[in-house]
Amino acid sequence: MTGAGPAPLRTLPVGRHALLVEVAGTQEAQALHAELLRRRDAGALPPVREIVPAARTVLLDGLADPRALAADLAHWTVPPLPAAEAPPVVLPVRYDGADLAEVAALWGVSEDEVARIHSGTEFRVAFCGFAPGFGYLTGLPERLHVPRRATPRTTVPAGSVGLAGPYTGVYPRSSPGGWQLIGRTDAVLWDTGRDPAALLSPGTRVRFEERA
Amino acid sequence: MTGPNRLTVVRAGALTTVQDLGRAGYAHLGVPRSGALDEPAHRLANRLAGNPEQCATLETTVNGCAVRPESAVTAVVTGAPCPVRVDGRPVAWGAPVRVPAGAVLEAGPASAGLRSYVALAGGIAVPPVLGSRSRDLLSGLGPDPLTDGMSLPLGTPYGPPGAADVTPWPAPPASAGGLVLPVVLGPRDDWFTAEALRTFAGPGFRVAPASNRIGLRTEGPALERGRPGELPSEGMPLGAVQVPPDGRPVVFLADHPTTGGYPVIGVVPEGALAGAAQAAPGTGVRFVVVRA
Repeated sequence: MTGAGPAPLRTLPVGRHALLVEVAGTQEAQALHAELLRRRDAGALPPVREIVPAARTVLLDGLADPRALAADLAHWTVPPLPAAEAPPVVLPVRYDGADLAEVAALWGVSEDEVARIHSGTEFRVAFCGFAPGFGYLTGLPERLHVPRRATPRTTVPAGSVGLAGPYTGVYPRSSPGGWQLIGRTDAVLWDTGRDPAALLSPGTRVRFEERA
Repeated sequence: MTGPNRLTVVRAGALTTVQDLGRAGYAHLGVPRSGALDEPAHRLANRLAGNPEQCATLETTVNGCAVRPESAVTAVVTGAPCPVRVDGRPVAWGAPVRVPAGAVLEAGPASAGLRSYVALAGGIAVPPVLGSRSRDLLSGLGPDPLTDGMSLPLGTPYGPPGAADVTPWPAPPASAGGLVLPVVLGPRDDWFTAEALRTFAGPGFRVAPASNRIGLRTEGPALERGRPGELPSEGMPLGAVQVPPDGRPVVFLADHPTTGGYPVIGVVPEGALAGAAQAAPGTGVRFVVVRA
């Protein structure tokens, strides 16, 4: 949590039925998202089709009267993220990714230490995108942020655990991708035959557990 | 009737997909809304076939498709006008037609526009995924695009087909006259130069051949950004006009990604997107800035 007092929410109109609420950063966006869900569950939010959190915004789409909600939002005080109630989702990982050595070099530690640091960090799904069930997980301190690969891979196997910028993510299915791969999990991230289909959704806390 | 009706795909066409009204409500998981691109045409086809509007229809692209139902069924073709035939015999476009058991219903090549909608009484009854039978071409959810020989289940007809004297068809955007798309500026119009905003509202844009269900791509002038740097990923609504680094605006259609990192200069109201669904490559595009 940042120690700064609450900054006013900046709302930008998006077309005729949506609003983009802009905040200072990812912590604030996650806190705003949690507050929007809390108010929606409490019946204190006008009907809205989609609530889409992202890096430092939340999009509210499908509003009958976005101006009225924008005016209301100007008076909101968003509390910091509440303490975790449910235990985190634990994803078992073999830290044997193709870019493990590269990440170790960027972090200035051994490969074993990469696994130790990554599995010792508590992550939170800031938002989803790229593919159904792909979560952008925050939690790594800034000094451990790494760039994307200069050349993306044409195929990244399902279950690959990668790093890019401030995020960690797990590929729900085989796809092209430019993230630095440090390991792989057998966890099924996305299954439309399961309810819920997505193992990780915005707000989910995640821990990775090292498997030999 | 002996058991539920099915149809066999005789000619799949260039790209024919099962579509309904889409799977709204999952954008936060990275799931596009999907659904019929020309939603009014899809709804009309269902009404004329006696179906609720959310029933699944077949969305064709450019050259139609042909299907053969096992049992007799009422069918309606709307959207892009095209010759409609039952076992080779011309029948009405935009009106309920009776397809006898084992006869071939064919929607021919579009004479204007791109996408025709084939509704069959009872709807295409493939199992829904996250509440929708739509094929989402970005993330691969929903039934596979049609292939020759494929078999699809049909639902039980709801009742008598709808009666209508007239099928309204908004004139498709002509390749010369062009597609007019109203745009509400923002949320990131401040990322562009004043010159770019003038260019955006001016002539010279055409529908690019790379357009698809994900987006209507344009070729023509490039819009210059007024500021350097990257925009962190943010939520993208249907109709968002995103400007990638090459400066050519892309209008997001039903299968668009739910988050993106290129600035959105404006948003086309949903009601204007049916025209975008029917605009062939080469069609002129005019963005007209309107008030929110």
